[in-house]
Amino acid sequence: MAASEAITSATRSEARERAAEYLLKRHRFRLAETLPWLAAIAVYFIFPERMTFGSQVLVMAMFALSLDLILGYAGIVTLGHAAFFGVGAYTVGLAAARFGWSEPISGLFAAAIAAGIVGFITGWFLLRYRGLTLLMLTLATAILLQETGNLRSDISGGYDGLPGLMFKPLFGVFEYDLYGHTYYLYVLAVLVVVFFFVRTIVYSPFGQALTGIRENVRRMHAIGSPVHRRLVTVYTIAAAIAGIAGALFTQTNAYVTLTVFDFDNSAKVMVMLILGGTGRLYGAFVGAAVYMVLEDYFSKLSPTFWQFGIGLMLVLAVLFTPRGVLGVFENMGKYFSERKKS
Amino acid sequence: MPQFAIIAVSILFDGLAYAMFLFITSVGLSVTMGLMGFVNLAHGAFAMAGGYIVVTLTRTLGVGFVPSLVIAAVVVGAASVVFERGLYRRLYRSTDLEQVLLTIGLAFMAIATATYLYGPIPKSVPLPDWLQGDVNLGFRNFPSYRAFLIALGVVLIVVLWYAFERTNIGAKIRAAVDNRRMAESVGINVDRLFTLTFAVGSGLAALGGGLAIQLFGLSPSFAVLYLVLFLIVVAVGGLGSLKGTLLAALVLGVFDTAGKYLFSDAGGFFVYAVTVAVLLVKPAGFYGRE
Amino acid sequence: MSAALRVEGLNRAFGALPVTRDVNLTLERGARHALIGPNGAGKTTLVNLITGALKPNSGRVVLNGEDITNVSQAERARRGLACTFQINQLFRGLTVLENIGMCISERDGHANNMWRAVGSSRIVLDEALDHLDSLRLVDDALKLVRELPYGRQRLVEIAIALAQKPRVLLLDEPAAGVPSSESHLILDVVAALDPDIAVLIIEHDMDVVFRFAKEITVLVQGAVFTHGTPDEIMNNEQVKAVYLGQESHRGGRHG
Repeated sequence: MAASEAITSATRSEARERAAEYLLKRHRFRLAETLPWLAAIAVYFIFPERMTFGSQVLVMAMFALSLDLILGYAGIVTLGHAAFFGVGAYTVGLAAARFGWSEPISGLFAAAIAAGIVGFITGWFLLRYRGLTLLMLTLATAILLQETGNLRSDISGGYDGLPGLMFKPLFGVFEYDLYGHTYYLYVLAVLVVVFFFVRTIVYSPFGQALTGIRENVRRMHAIGSPVHRRLVTVYTIAAAIAGIAGALFTQTNAYVTLTVFDFDNSAKVMVMLILGGTGRLYGAFVGAAVYMVLEDYFSKLSPTFWQFGIGLMLVLAVLFTPRGVLGVFENMGKYFSERKKS
Repeated sequence: MPQFAIIAVSILFDGLAYAMFLFITSVGLSVTMGLMGFVNLAHGAFAMAGGYIVVTLTRTLGVGFVPSLVIAAVVVGAASVVFERGLYRRLYRSTDLEQVLLTIGLAFMAIATATYLYGPIPKSVPLPDWLQGDVNLGFRNFPSYRAFLIALGVVLIVVLWYAFERTNIGAKIRAAVDNRRMAESVGINVDRLFTLTFAVGSGLAALGGGLAIQLFGLSPSFAVLYLVLFLIVVAVGGLGSLKGTLLAALVLGVFDTAGKYLFSDAGGFFVYAVTVAVLLVKPAGFYGRE
Repeated sequence: MSAALRVEGLNRAFGALPVTRDVNLTLERGARHALIGPNGAGKTTLVNLITGALKPNSGRVVLNGEDITNVSQAERARRGLACTFQINQLFRGLTVLENIGMCISERDGHANNMWRAVGSSRIVLDEALDHLDSLRLVDDALKLVRELPYGRQRLVEIAIALAQKPRVLLLDEPAAGVPSSESHLILDVVAALDPDIAVLIIEHDMDVVFRFAKEITVLVQGAVFTHGTPDEIMNNEQVKAVYLGQESHRGGRHG
């Protein structure tokens, strides 16, 4: 019996090693992860005349990324994420228009802090609720912020917006050119920093706890997890990032109006994320890129047709590909690797 | 009559009319959400469809206004059964998010279709003589249309109350809203019940849409613009509660009207502030179940 | 020396229906205590009151000498109270290893860390693997929980509770739903639990109860019917009557 015992314990420690290996390597960078970044740089060279549009795609990718943190990882469904985008956009806009503060990088920090504070306060109160109640409360919050801006449209510029904002050159050196080349690289650089920040969080024990809250919040309570504190923390971070996206929006457009708070905006970013696939980080990139490109093409053709198409895409996505475009790729990947085995 | 009393009466009257519209359109949403837990964001689209059917019937086919309302309600109610059986049924066990996305998708498709068929410009409907102008209710004149809306609302409230509280079917619905599993185990066919309530609710929404034309004009964006309002009424009133929907419609209707009268610019503010206030204190709404 | 867990005068009603009536219970360190009673007696409700998932209308819960009646469920877990649910509450979309690792992370505060990767803590990883080892789950470490047969999922449920290094462990019908061919796995684990842990187990299977328990509390309609050693309970005519009463009803309606 000693021999078989030895074999069993050998296979057991082999299994242990395999399990350890997997967990140790999971957060390492994979080659495929360079693809979106290479694509973004390639666009700079291949489509130099579409740089303004490119910047908008990157801004929306960041916005969708912030939503992925709370929706894809923590499982919080909200209808008012545009609130934080708007706070960030207006922080930068008002600073420039009313206080003449137009240094871009500090603007980003201010936007992140402002949006983060709003996220912290609203999150602390609202995240005690779920389901329809939370949907309504987050929606109402975004609309309330919008209405507040409307109340003092003398300050906010109302729905006509704050026009003609001017921003100082980056680091006092990089001038902005008419075609937005500098802007594109600027936004891309910020996106790189933000992305690695988010990626670190997602692969950390904290990120794992978020997944636990999403998968089974009852169990999380039972093992002693401070669920509400975790949710408020991630909500604040996501709000800050959405705020940075909003700030970049104002900086790259040199313009901002109250429509940034629209329910339309919250719905749009949710559609992008769902399209690309939630809980996968890169889903935000794929979704934003696909959505914006399609919208650009079709809404020029016919806005009505575009709206119909989006609706149809959503319906089909829910019925047939609930895990988004990346989900489809994953399924294909699984299919092929299984065929290889047999 | 002193100035403030005149304003108060106007606010109450208009607020009541608005509240009736909110109630009629939202009550179906409340009961279906309470019964099946299904988040139907296409509800606004059903209301919009009802409105456009009334437009076509009255303007193109010369049918009277009131008959058109009835026809629109019946047509949309019947069509909703097709949706429910063919599509919604598959998502009863899905997550909230999936239901939200699917029904928003349907709403977008409906809006696009309406824009294609009718164009984006708001439409109006020709009203019969007796609904135009004013009616004298003793101490002052009131717009006939709104008086009609209030009267119709009261009648529907009484009918629905009777159906809910005094009939067999109403009892079954209340039982199923209260505890679906137990209702099923005593032999109530909840599925069929749901199809029925869904059809009636959608028919009422269509009626509301038809009635809204004179109040707000009808354009394709109605489906999403007013959806927010319906959801708020349902959330504040409490899912599955007739009483709750009515109370919420009254509170929100009057507050919104008062806000618009007294602070014309800030008008919209109040509805959302009241919503947040109520939900923070009673997250399940006035008569909702925790 | 204070008891590991003490429940005093616990009362809870749902609307007009009382489900827990003036319950007193004490678990000493190392207790092996079974909670039995007919269906609907309120056993799971009592467990929920102890874990904090439910708040009592009146009464006290005392853990290691500290009054935790107003303490949250999560805080009670952090103070050494662990439970398994009647129906598995696991992270079905995650691997077995991650399920256990999550628990250890929460326990030692690791989960507050946003900067280092999950895999980088060798200590947490090794401890998780040790737990899996002791329950013979290492081969399943990288499988998703939802891919496991129900019996092995139940083992994971227990593994999670044990990974909390609890001082008091509440097991709600640990072998429920497990096919009889696999139930010995569960029962062996229960039998081999650390003698220092105070264990309260809800069970229907009398063989298991009499084999495992040193003390038994019988709950009927939310109140403590009687309490004693296995011998006393086995020979208690009234207890038999209560159960036989349940038996004779069983023909008429579903239990």
